[in-house]
Amino acid sequence: MESGIFFTDYRADMALRRKPTQQVRLGLFVAFLLIFPFVASPYWLTLANQIGIATIGAIGLNILVGYTGQISLGQGAFMAVGAYTSGILAARLGVPFWLSIPIACLVTAAVGVVFGLPSLRLKGLYLAMATLAAQEIVEWVITHWTSLTGGTEALVVPAPTLLGARVNTDFRFYWIILVAAGFTALFTANLFRSRVGRAFVAIRDQDIAAEVIGVNVFFYKLLAFATSSFFVGLAGALTAHYRTIISWERFTIEVSILYLAMIIIGGLGTINGSFFGAAFMTLLPAFINNVGRALRDVAPLVATLLPAVQQGVFGAVLIFFLIVEPEGLAKLWRNIKDYFYVWPFSY
Amino acid sequence: MDRFLQLTITGLSNGMIYALVALGFVIIYKSSDVINFAQGDLLLFGAYLAFAFVAQFGLHWTLGVVLTLVAAVVAGVIIESIVLRPLIGEPVISMIMVTIGLSSVLRAIVNAIWGPRPQSFPAFIPTQDVYIGPAVVGADRLIAIGIALAFLVAFTLFFRFTREGIAMRAIADDQQAALSMGISIKRIFALAWGIAAAAAAVGGIILANIVGVSGDISVLGLRVFPVVILGGLDSIPGAIIGGAIIGLLEAYTGGYIGQGLNLIVPFVVLVLVLMVRPYGLFGKEIIERV
Repeated sequence: MESGIFFTDYRADMALRRKPTQQVRLGLFVAFLLIFPFVASPYWLTLANQIGIATIGAIGLNILVGYTGQISLGQGAFMAVGAYTSGILAARLGVPFWLSIPIACLVTAAVGVVFGLPSLRLKGLYLAMATLAAQEIVEWVITHWTSLTGGTEALVVPAPTLLGARVNTDFRFYWIILVAAGFTALFTANLFRSRVGRAFVAIRDQDIAAEVIGVNVFFYKLLAFATSSFFVGLAGALTAHYRTIISWERFTIEVSILYLAMIIIGGLGTINGSFFGAAFMTLLPAFINNVGRALRDVAPLVATLLPAVQQGVFGAVLIFFLIVEPEGLAKLWRNIKDYFYVWPFSY
Repeated sequence: MDRFLQLTITGLSNGMIYALVALGFVIIYKSSDVINFAQGDLLLFGAYLAFAFVAQFGLHWTLGVVLTLVAAVVAGVIIESIVLRPLIGEPVISMIMVTIGLSSVLRAIVNAIWGPRPQSFPAFIPTQDVYIGPAVVGADRLIAIGIALAFLVAFTLFFRFTREGIAMRAIADDQQAALSMGISIKRIFALAWGIAAAAAAVGGIILANIVGVSGDISVLGLRVFPVVILGGLDSIPGAIIGGAIIGLLEAYTGGYIGQGLNLIVPFVVLVLVLMVRPYGLFGKEIIERV
């Protein structure tokens, strides 16, 4: 939808933000992100932190599922690996968080490569089954390897210390999450401008054709698993330090399903979509809770029904988006942008 | 030796319950190429419907079972027309996610109507212990085995000899060719989901008799995946044999090695089967042509 835009060098053509309007929007958004923690209430700050962590996890999953087309139900397991690695390093060995988190990411990437080995032989549904089995196996290992993980007991992780100050408030943690999320988004955006990213997309679209033109499909699939798991491990490690208490219940198959829902509702294969989906799926339960609390005085029945309503709305929203707008919120956003861009010529 | 026999009998009876659930998967996959992550919740729904008819409305159990089956068929048809039909031809991940969404909605409905606490079910299947040699097994589990085998025979005959069964296999094989032969895909999909929902309802009723109704019944849906993959996603005898094998493996692991391991062994088997022979023991191989 870009007519009348001409570039005179490759650098301008390949830039992430090509049009002036995009640059202005980005500037406004960054300004908003920087001002937000100073003006927001603690409740909204907590939500913002949760959305930030979820965005990192969603972008990671999107690299694997949206850009490379490998269905993975193992999100919960990857986050668990990242969280427990960083948590154990920090709690048992006293490793500072700025070291334990990268180590956790690398460990998760290695685990991701192991998970990705079935992708050599399996596609689509069968790969989903294999990752489901791997999720269950990792969950079982966490609950049964008591000497390492404490089994079913919760693991307490100390709050990180940065520049001498303990990062134990939402306000302070916001900046760490902001930096991490910014890094993730920028890395991913640039990844898909590079030849590695193009290889991933080629595998998604037509993997046999990609193999034919010389893309080493198995290597790039494993690389996709590794990269995706790196960021998912980052999200998990941040969760461990943010919540300071983690247990296996936080990383079940439900989490995998939640993240898949995030990227599908947000939009597969887009970074915007990961953010929109993460925000939507984090705000939705909060919204329902608030509505429920407001209606509690009017209709006490609402309080008992609330968990069922949460679950039902989750499923209904997912089904609704899949039927009505399979390309998700990112597509809706693009529609809105395009409408204004070509106004008044809407065709 | 006694222990081995006891474990074998227990394993087989558990396996047959898995097989009953797996049958529903296979029927839906065989006709519409959709793997139904909500099968466990159809099981749950059937169990609670039976609970409603027999325990809450106080009907006699034969009438209750018949009504449950009818309601399950209707539910299956409705689900198919509202949720699945708009997604025909969409990529696999959409299919998987829509059935996952459906699973959430079904669980929410059950939770909202009947509440989250487990309830006791007025068991109408005889439960006295039956002795096979030195091993003891409940009569209700033997009946479960019998019903599973009866279903096996019935569905194999259905798919081989009836018009609708052959139509289902035709659609699974090549939708376009089936359409051009005059087969109504909508009717057949609705029929497949109705039958699968009814099979799930039967499984749910049996489970309710054995353990009572609670939200945990739907967990069985996930635990049955190894059975389905091992037997082959589109093979009915495969579901039965896969169920038997997984049931026996679980029993032997639990009995001889240790209690903690028997829940994870099916998933390890799942991974091994997927690596070595993804289409399972009796499944049809998918050959990709470029």
